[in-house]
Amino acid sequence: MIIFYTVCLVLVILSMVGLLYRVWRGPSVPDRLIALDAIGVMLISSIALLSILFDTPFFIDVILLIAIMSFIGTVSFSKFIERGEIIERGSDS
Amino acid sequence: MQFKMFCAILTITSTYRLLGFYTLKNMDGRRILLEFVLLIFLPFVFAILVPFAYKYIKGIHTGWFVLLVPLVLFGYYLSFIPLTMDGGHAISEIKWIPTLGIAFTSYIDGLSLLFTLLITGIGSLVVLYSIFYMDKKKENLGSFYVYLLLFMTAMLGVVQSDNTMTLYLFWELTSISSFLLIGYWYTRDKSRFGALKSMMITVFGGLMMLGGFILLSIMGDTFSIRELIAQAPELVNHPYFTLALILILLGAFTKSAQFPFYIWLPDAMEAPTPVSAYLHSATMVKAGIYLVARFTPIFGTSSTWIWLVTGIGLLTLFWGSFFAVKQTDLKAILAFSTVSQLGLIMSLLGAGAISYHTTEAMFAFATYAAIFHLINHATFKGGLFMIAGIIDHETGTRDIRKLGGLMSIMPLSFTVALIGSLSMAGLPPFNGFLSKEMFLESMVALQHFELFQFDTWGILFPIVAWVASVFTFTYSLYFVLKTFLGQGKVDQLPKRPHEAPIGMLVAPVILASLVIIIFFIPNVLGKWVIKPAVMAVQPTLYGSPADINIHVSAWHGFDSVGLWLTVAIVIIGSLLYLTIPKWQPLYKIQPAKLSLNEGYDALMRGSEKGMNRLSRAFMTGLIRTYLLYMFAFLSVTVIAVLFIKDAFVVDMNSFAAITLYGALNAVILLLSIGFVVFAKSRLAAIIALGGVGYSVALFFVIFKAPDLALTQLVIETVSVALFLLAFKHLPALNEHGETKKNKVVNLIISLSVGVMVTLVALSSHSQKLIPSISQYYKDTVATEAGGGNIVNVILVDYRGFDTLFEIAVLAIAGIAVLGMIRLRVSRKETTDENK
Repeated sequence: MIIFYTVCLVLVILSMVGLLYRVWRGPSVPDRLIALDAIGVMLISSIALLSILFDTPFFIDVILLIAIMSFIGTVSFSKFIERGEIIERGSDS
Repeated sequence: MQFKMFCAILTITSTYRLLGFYTLKNMDGRRILLEFVLLIFLPFVFAILVPFAYKYIKGIHTGWFVLLVPLVLFGYYLSFIPLTMDGGHAISEIKWIPTLGIAFTSYIDGLSLLFTLLITGIGSLVVLYSIFYMDKKKENLGSFYVYLLLFMTAMLGVVQSDNTMTLYLFWELTSISSFLLIGYWYTRDKSRFGALKSMMITVFGGLMMLGGFILLSIMGDTFSIRELIAQAPELVNHPYFTLALILILLGAFTKSAQFPFYIWLPDAMEAPTPVSAYLHSATMVKAGIYLVARFTPIFGTSSTWIWLVTGIGLLTLFWGSFFAVKQTDLKAILAFSTVSQLGLIMSLLGAGAISYHTTEAMFAFATYAAIFHLINHATFKGGLFMIAGIIDHETGTRDIRKLGGLMSIMPLSFTVALIGSLSMAGLPPFNGFLSKEMFLESMVALQHFELFQFDTWGILFPIVAWVASVFTFTYSLYFVLKTFLGQGKVDQLPKRPHEAPIGMLVAPVILASLVIIIFFIPNVLGKWVIKPAVMAVQPTLYGSPADINIHVSAWHGFDSVGLWLTVAIVIIGSLLYLTIPKWQPLYKIQPAKLSLNEGYDALMRGSEKGMNRLSRAFMTGLIRTYLLYMFAFLSVTVIAVLFIKDAFVVDMNSFAAITLYGALNAVILLLSIGFVVFAKSRLAAIIALGGVGYSVALFFVIFKAPDLALTQLVIETVSVALFLLAFKHLPALNEHGETKKNKVVNLIISLSVGVMVTLVALSSHSQKLIPSISQYYKDTVATEAGGGNIVNVILVDYRGFDTLFEIAVLAIAGIAVLGMIRLRVSRKETTDENK
């Protein structure tokens, strides 16, 4: 069983490397962004696999946090690409 | 109001003490005042009162009040003469910093008393003279007398202090008050220049002297000069001995205007004439002489001391007398003459120190001659300065080329000037003759001295001394005859000359009569004042002043060397005077660029320029450069220390096994770092930085630190978001105009820093000196703290203080960000309003 999880982990990390290649190459910013978002998912899976391997429940909150962060990060990046800034000022100012 | 009360009380108490209400008996059974050390501060206390007198009592010249101080002091100190005549001394002490052994100690023996009498006596005459010299309406008399009284206290302190630290304190006070007095007419450029120059040189010497004093106190473990003198035989073998000697001599030479430090004295002539007469001829410039005399019992046995003091003294004597004939300003002639006469006294003191090595009477004679000439010089030079001031006052110029033929207009001044000049030249029947003859005889005796190679070089001493005396004779004639004889160009003078008011002439006339009186009664003076002083300079040689077997007489018979040398001086000096126009062009041989004044100016300009250039060279204003210095210095020193101390150790056994995930994650981390460094756009760099942060978080997971991983993830996301927030305002990623050379340097520095940190990490991991404390936390986290999360318990329980202040850091950062944004906005608003 451990071999199975290890193989899974290696696969996940390899795909992360592949995604990093996309982040590096681009060619456009949205390409990089999508790659980063996917890296976040890969991180979640690798941490899940690691906690199985380490036999510990303590990393479950890390998984949840990455999910939230990755979402917030992607949304703010998208907004940045679309509007040029993340937090817009109120319409009255 | 309270301040005035305080001043009044101080004055009353000091007069009270002055009158002798507190008395005690010293060892000889004489009545002396308990704390006469307080008297040193009498001028100081008066200096506080002078501005009030100046402000509120308009009718009377402030000098009349001031005159009381030196007169009273002079009268009081005269009462010490019977005490010191028998070889006694008096001590009075106020403790200042007892734990450090620093005290105001007033120690009066023959030498101190001699100087004290000079200071107070000439001080009275100078104050009297200044009353007529300084105009009541035009001059700011308040500050003049404050400075002068300050100086008087300082000088009394210098000559009476037995404690080296307070001696230094008073020494610097003389430098400061002299600075203030030279710059008295502060609206003139030349006054300020002269004041600064004298300050620079004398304070340099003062600091050197402080170094010497500190070395002495290390050597002898005391600040007291008397105790140091008692230890003198042991001090000679101490390794610091020569260094202390040279440092103290530097102090003495700068203050007493010896070669090559004499250059400040001619520039100090910008001071009002009473100041020149008092400070720069009679008292302050003799502080160095006093220092040499005072420390002779300690250093006198060393050959370095004898050679330096005698050699530099003679060089100064020759140099000063040679260049005095070049001057055209009356006060400049007198300044160079002072330099030269101080050199004479100095060389005699050096020769006097030889008496520690030989029993030949001639060298004890030298010390006697030095002190005798010191008194003589104070009398005739003070008088001459006052005459120069009178001429300036009455004719409006001090330029000797414009003066002449004043003899019939100013007969009294002429008489005084003639007496002073002939005494300076060393002619009978004036006191200068006696001391000059003793000087020549001592110098002649020097060549017979057999120690320290004096027998080879000694012949030079009498020759130099004699040549210098010839020039002394020449400039003395030059000074008095060019001013008072010859063709008068009286009509072209700025003022219509006439004889000075009688009040102004009183002081110089008193001095001039002293010149003659001393000639006729040298042995009375010797018995009362000089012998006790010699006794203080050479305490080990005599049991009491009466043992000093010297009888000064004007006539030694035809076989005396001094007589024939004097005759030769008169003949050749007169010839030189008559032919001045023929040989004066000699002075033009020396190029102006090579003079010592030019050297001083170049040093000042050069050090200013050099410092500017130096600071401009490394203070570029670029943070890049400063970081370069810091990192280069850090990595070089740490690596060097690692290898010098042989501290680089790698213990392979302490390393854990490398896991697969760890290795893979490390690859990702390295790749992201590579992206950050080589990214072409800023956005890519920010994204790659996020990658770095996330893979670090992954490391925290691998190394089983869930709390760290959580925090790292959030913080990384927030900081990437912050980067993006600021992104809009950032310029495109540029190269900052970096050249290839810059890049190579940066590469080297960053590599060396990386190597340094890696080496330190490896060796610190390999050498654990003590076991970790963490076992305690593991054992007690549940039982003592009642928690399960060990990280959180450490943060808020075991070591909660750190957390508190990190919270404070975050709060400050938040407030600072708010402040910066708000400030920027409000500034923008105000500039908008201005528009």
